Formats: sequence, C-alpha cells, structure tokens
Amino acid sequence: MSLSTAELLRVARLARLRIDEEDAGAHAAQLTGILEHFAAMAAVDTTGVAPLAHALEVTAVTRPDAVTEEIDRSQLQADAPLVEDGYYLVPRVIE
Amino acid sequence: MSGAGSFPETLTEQAKALAAGQFSSVELTQHYLDRIKRLDPQVNSFINVCPELAMAQALVADTARARGEAGPLSGLPYANKDIFCTAGIKTTCASRMLANWRAPYDATVVRNLAQAGMVMLGKTNMDEFAMGSSNENSWFGPVRNPWDLERVPGGSSGGSAAAVAARLAPVATGTDTGGSIRQPAALCGITGLKPTYGRVSRWGMIAFASSLDQGGPMGLSAEDLAMLMNVMAGSDPRDSTSVERPPEDFTSQLALPLSGLRIGLPREFNDGNLSAPIAASVAEAAATLEQLGAKLVDVSLPHAGMAIPAYYVVASAEASSNLSRYDGVRFGHRCEAPKDLADLYSRSRAEGFGAEVQRRILVGTYVLSAGYYEAWYRKAQQVRRLIQTDYVRAFENVDVMLGPTTPSTAFRLGENADDPLTMYLSDIYTTGVNLAGLPGLSMPGRAVGNLPVGLQLIGNYFGEQRLLQIAHQYQKQTGWHLARPAFAEL
Amino acid sequence: MRWETVIGLEIHAQLATASKIFSGAPTRYGAESNTQACPVDLGLPGVLPVLNQRVVEMAITLGLALGATIAPCSIFARKNYFYPDLPKGYQISQYEDPIVVNGTLDIRLPDGNTKTIRVTRAHLEEDAGKSVHGLFPGYSGIDLNRAGTPLLEIVSEPDLRSPAEAVAYMRSMHALVRYLGICDGNMQEGSFRCDANVSIRRMGSEQLGTRAEIKNINSFPLSKRPLPLKSNGRLKFLRVADRWYRRRGSMTPTRTKPAACVARKTRTTTDIFPTPTCCLF
Repeated sequence: MSLSTAELLRVARLARLRIDEEDAGAHAAQLTGILEHFAAMAAVDTTGVAPLAHALEVTAVTRPDAVTEEIDRSQLQADAPLVEDGYYLVPRVIE
Repeated sequence: MSGAGSFPETLTEQAKALAAGQFSSVELTQHYLDRIKRLDPQVNSFINVCPELAMAQALVADTARARGEAGPLSGLPYANKDIFCTAGIKTTCASRMLANWRAPYDATVVRNLAQAGMVMLGKTNMDEFAMGSSNENSWFGPVRNPWDLERVPGGSSGGSAAAVAARLAPVATGTDTGGSIRQPAALCGITGLKPTYGRVSRWGMIAFASSLDQGGPMGLSAEDLAMLMNVMAGSDPRDSTSVERPPEDFTSQLALPLSGLRIGLPREFNDGNLSAPIAASVAEAAATLEQLGAKLVDVSLPHAGMAIPAYYVVASAEASSNLSRYDGVRFGHRCEAPKDLADLYSRSRAEGFGAEVQRRILVGTYVLSAGYYEAWYRKAQQVRRLIQTDYVRAFENVDVMLGPTTPSTAFRLGENADDPLTMYLSDIYTTGVNLAGLPGLSMPGRAVGNLPVGLQLIGNYFGEQRLLQIAHQYQKQTGWHLARPAFAEL
Repeated sequence: MRWETVIGLEIHAQLATASKIFSGAPTRYGAESNTQACPVDLGLPGVLPVLNQRVVEMAITLGLALGATIAPCSIFARKNYFYPDLPKGYQISQYEDPIVVNGTLDIRLPDGNTKTIRVTRAHLEEDAGKSVHGLFPGYSGIDLNRAGTPLLEIVSEPDLRSPAEAVAYMRSMHALVRYLGICDGNMQEGSFRCDANVSIRRMGSEQLGTRAEIKNINSFPLSKRPLPLKSNGRLKFLRVADRWYRRRGSMTPTRTKPAACVARKTRTTTDIFPTPTCCLF
C-alpha cells in the first residue's frame, strides 16, 4: 500500500497544506513507511468488536439555555490577521 | 538545597518553610527567576518567562499569608506548559502558527492554580502542538536535558521536565496524549502523573487529540504531585468530558503501607525493545515493592504490541481535525499576500506548522478520507477497544501495574530527527494507557550511568491515589528521586 | 415512456433558543458583525463545546410530533471541511446515530387527498457563519454571529412526486415547527431553509435516477419555480447523465438556472467521525 506522489498531493490538498511538487515524492515515501508500520493492525482479528471512540463513555453533560457570554469583539479581534468593520477578511470567495 | 541559595527543593518542603516564615514567596520566586535568567539559555526550557507577573503574584501571596489567609499552595512557584491558555499572555504551543497569540481567557487549570495562590514563573517549551517525544519540534528551538546537554529531555512536555530537573521550577504542568508527561519525566529523572481521562479539565488546554489528551502535574516527588492534583483535578462545566467525582484529598493515602497490594508485571513490556539496564532497574524496583509488602503478579496485555499503530492512527486523525481551525482567518499566522482563499489556507498552514505537525495532519487526513476510513480509523478504534479490554481484564487480578516508562534512556539531539518511526517507538509502553484512558505515573528508578530511568505505574480508573501512594513509599525507601544533575548545582 | 419526478426535501430549521447549541452566546438575528461570536463560536484554541439542553428537548418534541423513534443514545460527529464561515474547519453534526428517526408527516394535496410523507431522520447540528461579498473590494467579509446557532436538519424520504407536493410538505412542516414553538419559521431571516433533491425516473422503476440538488429555497412562491423539470429542458439533461452528481446552486428570484459557485466542500465525501465530546441520552 504504497502512497504515490499523486495521492500525497491529493491528501495535502484535502488538508490545505501546500507541498511543492519536488518535495512530494519524499513526503510520499516517508508517509508510506509510517503507514506500512501501522498496517500491522490489519492482522488483528476485530470481528464483532465495537469501535471505542472514547475511553470513558460519558453521557452528555448539558447546560441550560441561557446567554452567559459577554462578548468583547475588539478584544477577541485584537490578534486577528485582517479585520474591517468587525468582519474577518479573506480573499474574495466567488459564490 | 538548590544551587547557591538556601531554599529547599520540593514543593512540600517549600510549603512548610513558607508556613514557618523561613522566607517569603517573593524571595523564593526571585530565587527561581534568577536561576532561570542565569541558566535557562543552556537548557531552553522556557519560551516565555513572566517576572513581573510572578513577583506580583508572589507579593499577593505574602500579603495573604500575613493576614492568615494562606492555603496549602499559596506563594509556591510553578512552570506552565505553553499549551495552557493564559489570558493576556502569549500561548504559543511552541508553534509559529501561534507565536504571537494571546488567549482571551485562562485555562481552567491555570485559573485553579492562580486561585490557590500559586506563582506562575513562565510558559515552558514543548514539542509543537504536543506532537513529539524529544522536544526537538519547537519553533523556539530544542530543549536540552539537564543531565546531559547533548541529549533530549523527551517530549512533548520537555520544557516542563527539564525546568524541574534543572531546579528552575519546583513543579510544572504538563500534558500527556501518548506519554508526553511520563516519557520526559523518565528521561529527566523526575516524577510525572497522567491522570485518568476526565480528571483534569481540558478547557483552555489546546487540543491535540481530544479523546486522549490529559493535563497533569510534574515535580520531584509523588508528594508534590499530590498537592498539585488537589487543585488541578475536578469536573468543569466548560468541559463536557470532565468527570464529576466525589471530592478527594490526593495526599490522604500517601502514607499507607503497601502490604497486600497486588502489582502486575505485564510480560509484553519485557520485550526485545527494552534495554537490558532498564529491565534491570524495573526488576530491582519490583523487588523493592515486594519488600515493602506488595505481591507481584504476572499479567498479560496481549494487544500491547498494537498500541503504537492504534494510537498514531487515532491521534493523527483527531489532530488533523483539531488543527483545521488554524487557517489564518481569525487568529494566528497568515501568509503574506494570499492570492485566493486556497492560497491563504495552504500557505498559512504550510508556513505555520513544523514538519512533524504536517506529517501527522497528512496521516490523519489520509486515514479519515473516503475509502480509507473503515480500514484505518475504524480498525484502530476497534483495536483500541481490545487494548482497553486487556487492561480491564488484567485489573481484575491486580491493583496496579509496574513496568518501564521508556525502552531506552535519553538519546542524543538529532539522533532520530530523520526517523519519525523510531521516535514514535519511544512511546511503546505509554500509549496504551492513553488509549484506555487509565492513569499512569513515571518515577525515577536506578539510573544507567548518568542517565535517568523511569519506572511506570499504571492504575485502574480514578486510581491516582494508589499510584501516588506506591510512588511515595518507593521514594521514601530508595531516594532515587533525590538524585540531582550536576546542572542543579550551578 | 412515462417519467415521474422524485423529490426529497432537507429542511434546516433554526431552533428558537436564547443561546447557541454549544456555547452561551446569544442567537438574536441581525446583530452587528461578530458581536455574537464568543470564543467557542470562533473556534479559538482551547475551547470546548457544551450542549444546550433545550435543543435536545426541542428535537425530541419534533420527533414525538412526527410519531418518530427517539434514539436513546445518539452521537455527535464532525464533518470536516474548510470554508471561512466554518471556524473550526469542521461542523459538529450527527451522522450515524441521529436523535430522531422514522417519523411521518401527513400533507394535504391540491386535489384534497392526504398523503403520508416519511421523515427519514432529524438531527441536530450547528449552523455556520456568513460571508458577505461586495462590501470590501477584493475581499469577502466573514461574520460568525450565526456560527453555532442550533439547527435541526429534517430529512424526508424521496416520497414527493411533484412541486405541488413539495410545497405542501414544506408548508406543513413549517406550520408544525411554529406550532410546537421550536422554530420561528422566518424564511427571510433564514430560520427555515429548504434544499430539494430532485431526480426523474421511468414510471414504475424503484431505482432513483440522477439527482440534482437545489439549495436555499427561501420562500414558498419561489419554491414552485426551481422544481419543474419538463418545462426548462432539464428532463433531457438528466436523462443523458447516468451517474449520481451534485450541483450546487442558489436560486434567486431573477434566475431559473442555478449559478455556478465555488464548491463548498471540495472533498467528494467529507471525513466524518464521532466527535470525542458527548453522547446523548
């Protein structure tokens, strides 16, 4: 189950991580090595075993429906990369 | 005694001395700040030191004490892993992504420690976003092991472990997702506790792998850890995964004798990976515990060998999701002049994250993606259940388990830099504990030459007091935990 | 050869709570940008979601009204994808174990007959924020006030056979959620949103054909227009394609064809896994 360069680039795109084409091969090889090691799990018989998402299967803690937050927009936006009129700005999205 | 000063080293002794008026919190805090300034450039255990804040907190504590309002932890200093949000003070996770980010709130752990009157010396270095076992993955440079400055302190809580070992702080906070408190504690010769999942609130503790992360104390003795647990543990309405428990005093069982306790020795931990000298230290520790009245029992954890693959698949998957929020939009690093949204995301993230973090995000994204989810992520969660079942079954016959924390002592800086897989294997004895959500503790045993060795105790759910009790009795008997690196004399 | 239209509707009803599904921020409509987005809604490092109890009660109320099964244990899962109005890079939603399954809603057809429409499921999830375009040259502005508003996504079986039936179903569900007091039904403000999945197939066939998705039908009169197939040539278009595809589009009153847009999710399926936060009881 070796990862091709194309697959690596596909995964990088899904993860929104820019990887230059010339580095993709090395990344693919490294990831292949790692995944090959983990593939040992395939040999374990897990028939009928329910997946464990959470060690302590806690039932939900809930909170009452009440407004409890005092929101100071200027404080929360103090370290924002680009803000105008209270909006976070990103390069224009065509919709 | 620490360095050239006349201050006791452990939290317990310092608390007594403060109560007896032997010195003030201001003096004690100044002592540590001076040592940090003088010596930390060689170790790099702190990302951010907070002298003004610390002195202000120390003064408040002294004033409270003068009014008769001091609590058990009033005025005692600690170092805070830079993964815990501290309002108004940078919290970086040792990443370029958050290099200048100030949290608008305190983590619950931080708030609890502040309310108890503790003094925060600063934020300690760590592996970026808690991913690593050597503290070489930090935007702020690697941390060095005070026992041998050419070697790693372990990770991800490497800064906290090194600071305590170098006597730059008496105690520190850490976090443990696959061994990140226990492994650096082992490599640095200190004591560290990963509590049961749900014991310590994760509000404000920046997430790596949400179902595995747990915050905990690190220090020179079990006694000190118990003091900290009294303040760190507790359910929190802001953390749905924190567990409501009846109130308990973690120091209350420390002095109890070990007679009748059944200590399991998992045979799978004595495998080909374990170095012979460490195996010998563990065997010696087992014999000591037997002398102290415990009974040794052979146990088996048949799926122990699958802990690393299951852990890395699950942790990477959760991490890839938890780190999606770092996109350059609302906070954190943003690339220069993004040409479109895709460029904003992919370049900000590629620039903001280091190599190991990117590697794990790629693995995590891969195992969750269409066509692979069943074979990888779901499979890993099934194996996780098998690992948990192994522990539950073993605990029917024993009260705790004893084994090594790591397969070898501290390796050299750069030794495993190009070999992530070998790096991952330092966690072979610790990751299963996180997958099962159990508590685990590492304490120093007999060293190998100059290099510390960690002994791991694994407890049943919510069995921290038993771990602390055993560690305390062992420490009283052997004194290995009092060994000091030459660096501590400086 | 006779063809029939097959329609299924997905309704997103904003639940009329005071605070958000996972945080204590207010949900009032129309506030100044980002004044109702607290750290949890912003997805800042270190935050954690805590479930609003009222939201669960409202979902159960709808389930009971539909004669549905209320799941004794239901799970929240994360739908992972990148979009600027989705601050965490994932939406907390429900996937395999929704809170409500297998209900029905009776509708009155234009000819006076009633028809029972099956409601496959209803599940809880958080709403995303909003993007505004055109206010800032070269940029889109992100307002996260709406992020974290509780939504109940109500999914019908593809039991509807005409635009008129679809409208009747929408009207009935709209009236129901308002009657139950769980949603104010204000379509102009986006409290009640409807997406249609439309396909055609040969009469008598059991299989579902190629499907077109029409999003954000935001008023009842409008809802008649996107759905008819024969009149605008879509019948021919759909007949030619023979595999599942999705088209994303937003219907506005001035256009009858969906506008092209940047795909919201570029993954063909989103990575969904159980969120390590909570299980409902």
